[in-house]
Amino acid sequence: MTIYYSEDHEWINVEGNSGTVGITDYAQNALGDIVFVEVPEVGDDFAKGDEVAVVESVKAASEIYSPVSGEITAVNEELEDNAALVNTSPNGDGWFFKISISDSSELESLLDEAGYKNFIAGLE
Amino acid sequence: MSAKDQGLLKTPLFSLHNDLGGKMVPFAGYSMPVQYPLGVMGEHNHCREKAGLFDVSHMGQVVIKGNGADEWLETLVPGNILDLKENSIRYTTFTNEEGGILDDLMITRRDDDIFMVVNAACKEQDIKHMLSHIPDHLELIEITDRALVALQGPEAARVLARFVDGVDEMPFMSYTEAEINGVPCFISRCGYTGEDGHEISIPADKAEQVCKTLLAEEEVEAIGLGARDSLRLEAGLCLYGHDITTETTPAEGAISWSIGKRRREEGGFPGAEKIIHQIESGDVDRLRIGILPSGKAPAREGAEILDANDNVIGVITSGGFGPTFGGPVAMGYVQKSHSKVGTDVFLQVRKKKLEATVAEMPFVKQRYYRKPKIT
Repeated sequence: MTIYYSEDHEWINVEGNSGTVGITDYAQNALGDIVFVEVPEVGDDFAKGDEVAVVESVKAASEIYSPVSGEITAVNEELEDNAALVNTSPNGDGWFFKISISDSSELESLLDEAGYKNFIAGLE
Repeated sequence: MSAKDQGLLKTPLFSLHNDLGGKMVPFAGYSMPVQYPLGVMGEHNHCREKAGLFDVSHMGQVVIKGNGADEWLETLVPGNILDLKENSIRYTTFTNEEGGILDDLMITRRDDDIFMVVNAACKEQDIKHMLSHIPDHLELIEITDRALVALQGPEAARVLARFVDGVDEMPFMSYTEAEINGVPCFISRCGYTGEDGHEISIPADKAEQVCKTLLAEEEVEAIGLGARDSLRLEAGLCLYGHDITTETTPAEGAISWSIGKRRREEGGFPGAEKIIHQIESGDVDRLRIGILPSGKAPAREGAEILDANDNVIGVITSGGFGPTFGGPVAMGYVQKSHSKVGTDVFLQVRKKKLEATVAEMPFVKQRYYRKPKIT
């Protein structure tokens, strides 16, 4: 399995042609206390870059974009009752959804961990 | 200074915000802290439980001097200023000829003049508006050499009383002048959180010193604009430019309470005919009401309010998550026929139609200071 990152601060953990998607620690920290997550529905199709989910903090709503194209195969139902999981465990229990990747060549345009670290260092 | 701050004004507390780790954002032309490291939720809860210090120096502080300033102000605002007692504060609005609201403000009658606090985004326009009407014998002075902070929360008055005797016994909406560690301050018992507390006007060059003194008290945390917004929303208080505007009247905005009996009888303020007619007859097209979404998803400003048949019957003007309420809260305008508390409505939030109910405000009980009754 390999983890890729987008410049919109999503991560995707890829196993075969399935990816698990969440937002990075940097993103949850910038958003602040998360009170609600609107996840997509299983079976929905998204193109890379489509708005796929919405994260609500006390102050504002922020769109989450799909890092790859594909069909949603699972969503994290725990977030419905406990959106704060995104703050406490952005890389683990706070995952958003699983997607079956329709075009694995799209992964090439994403960043690896070192690349993402460099990218956020440039934002400070 | 980072490039993004260029062109933005700074309050006298700008460097303190940076020292405290404030996340600075542009607001009404100023660089202001939206939050500190405690975060919006933590700051909100701290203010409801203990005491929070807010920098509101971006707001306008204006003094009107001269005989009959009260009488003249009544030609611009519908509030009862003539009968306002010395050292008392009143909430009122500037209205226009169409009955719309130009700004909302606090007016204090002082010993020798009138002191007012207006919204940051409106202050330039308010001053221009007043200057275009002011008679020669009155003088308008914008105070630009004082900071303004708010100390709010159930412990706030007790904390301030450690530095100024008796401020914890000031009536709600009253004013005094006193020194905090030798610094002369204007102290008003009012605020914008629904909690007890004071607003304190401090000479700019001493503002950081006074704020550091207050922040050194263990009950006090610095609070940013993010929590200021969630606190006032839970308290049901209007945000000018959103919940009340030039397109809404005091009756539609549900702030008719700010217009007393004498002014309703006598009029004499801009838009009086329309405003008084609306108040007396209840004849308004729409009303500002509270909205409680039934689920967990917040509905934000701009979300349409629908009836069961998908007709648009109104719009959310302020909405978000209420940390103390423990769920989403909102306010907005609906057609009068749908404004009764308990009415079922729907909210269009992105692609979803969420269930919601017209609800009473405030969402969190206001805890303004009331003098204990002698029994």
